Amino acid sequence: MDIIVCIKQVPDTNDVRIDEKKGTLIREGVPSIINPDDKHAIEEALRIREKEGGKITILTMGPPQADDALRESLAMGADEAILLSDRAFAGSDTWATAYSIARAVNAIGKFDLIICGRQAIDGDTAQVGPQLAESLELPQVTYARKVEISGDKAVIERALEDGHETLETSLPAVITVIGDLNEPRYPTIKGIVTAYRDKEVGKMTAADLNADEAKIGLKGSPTQVKKTFVMVPKREGELIEGTAKEAAGTLIERLQDKNVLR
Amino acid sequence: MDFQLTKEQRLVQQTVRDFAEKEVAPLAQEIDQEGRFPRETVPKLAKLGLLGMMTDPKYGGGGVDSVSYTIAVEEVSKACATTGVLMSVNNSLVCHPLEKFGTESQKEQYLGPVARGERLGAFGLTEPGAGTDAGSQRSVAVKEGDEYIINGSKVFISNAEAAETFVIFVLTDPTAGARGISAFIVEREFPGFSVGKVEDKMGIRGNGAAELFFEDMAVPADNLLGQEGKGFKIAMGTLDGGRIGIASQAVGIAQAAMEESVKYSQEREQFGKAISKFQAIQWMLADMATEIAASRHLVRKAAYIKDSGKPYSVAAAMAKLMASDVAVRVTRDAIQVHGGYGYIKDYTVERLYRDAKITELYEGTSEVQRMVIAGSLLR
Repeated sequence: MDIIVCIKQVPDTNDVRIDEKKGTLIREGVPSIINPDDKHAIEEALRIREKEGGKITILTMGPPQADDALRESLAMGADEAILLSDRAFAGSDTWATAYSIARAVNAIGKFDLIICGRQAIDGDTAQVGPQLAESLELPQVTYARKVEISGDKAVIERALEDGHETLETSLPAVITVIGDLNEPRYPTIKGIVTAYRDKEVGKMTAADLNADEAKIGLKGSPTQVKKTFVMVPKREGELIEGTAKEAAGTLIERLQDKNVLR
Repeated sequence: MDFQLTKEQRLVQQTVRDFAEKEVAPLAQEIDQEGRFPRETVPKLAKLGLLGMMTDPKYGGGGVDSVSYTIAVEEVSKACATTGVLMSVNNSLVCHPLEKFGTESQKEQYLGPVARGERLGAFGLTEPGAGTDAGSQRSVAVKEGDEYIINGSKVFISNAEAAETFVIFVLTDPTAGARGISAFIVEREFPGFSVGKVEDKMGIRGNGAAELFFEDMAVPADNLLGQEGKGFKIAMGTLDGGRIGIASQAVGIAQAAMEESVKYSQEREQFGKAISKFQAIQWMLADMATEIAASRHLVRKAAYIKDSGKPYSVAAAMAKLMASDVAVRVTRDAIQVHGGYGYIKDYTVERLYRDAKITELYEGTSEVQRMVIAGSLLR
């Protein structure tokens, strides 16, 4: 079972500070880490490998310093790591990112499963995993909280807001995972030494992808960030009690009172 | 000259910090209050490779340099000083002499299990009458055929409560003084070996420091570590490395006290504002930060010299002298920042102050460090 895990290096902070003028995240002085959901993706791959054997390749798209995130993944026990890095990717939105990663996956070639974290703590879009699946024309299961491999199929418990559903998918497939799935292991001292002294991080640039230039970077990004800001809740929310029918009735009344509905 | 940690050292720091915060810190208060050895932490330390960090990977060690080791001991000690010394003893005082002075078969049999954390190690030098004057040993080994029969006792032996492999020092020639001391590897299971009562201490209350008793304990001659009569040299050489570990522990304790003080001073209000707004507090915090930084530099410098293969006794003595002094002063001031609350056991700084004191005593008192340093000046 060969697994590709897609990760992202993100700034380690839960209350990200924002440069109001530029509308971008302030990264200076903030240490970089592997995105937390992605660590669960790595852990799941390691657990699957322990049972099924095979090889784990970690893939990330990012600036050269994303090498640190890949080394940490290797220290946790991954077999190989690839850094997809090129100025041509600058300004990529989730669509262009997913396209670029899909091309990189094709360049890697052989795999049975792709695991991604649900979403990154810096962007919180949860889009790249699903878009990657679409780009590769593979089945996808998102919000996985339990993964069982049986032969050429995977049985996955998928978390929903009010419960879960169990899905079976053929392989290869793309899975995005949530934190409830597992407890990521710590890298070992030996693993750290091996990751820095004995292992190589593979490099890929835009030229290696055989990609359509119009589909990568800023040019390939249909969305652009206009402004980044922290949402400040101005009013308290209210939960309307009652059965669905009663609550809907109350909601319609309220909206009518405010002239939203007539 | 480069003050930057390497990427490898930074990942060690990040990993051990993360581990210490999640797995070590939550137990610290309980271990202190109950004086309980943190047995459940040993397999976790072993799994990460923190019990034989510098040991050659062919014996199951991690193979990192001493600088990474100081970083790891600092991070673990910041969370729990008891766990920090557990680790320091195993790495510096047991793995190191076994690797440096052991025969190939001794390394196979003893170093591997200790470095992998399968058997915890302890170091038995101190006796009731041989503290700073470590050469005045009373315990005696008499050779009979292919065995040594050992009689005597040790005190204050860290890890003794749970350790299974011990490096001990006894006289093989009682007429030769320090030159009559030899080192042996002994196992807890050896007939005639027993561990006495665990000491009820002021600080590092969970480190299982206890007496060791040897009553007609038969030790195979193959368990002699190094040559007969070289034990004192082995002990002193081993303690040089140990001092780097204890100095790292002291830096970790001080760092924890400073962080607690910074946090508390911003939360605590008096006279209508946070006490951090008062210069009296700011000056204490500034001194803490400065002294901790200076200590950390000395510690890493000593480790760097050790890694480069040069003599490091004096550098290690300076690091330990300064870091332990700073740990005691910073933890004392941390209580001052906390006021009356700092005197109460619910607040971490109360424990840190008690834990800090030992760093001026074990593996050579501050006076011994000064003797080493002065000795190098007055040759």
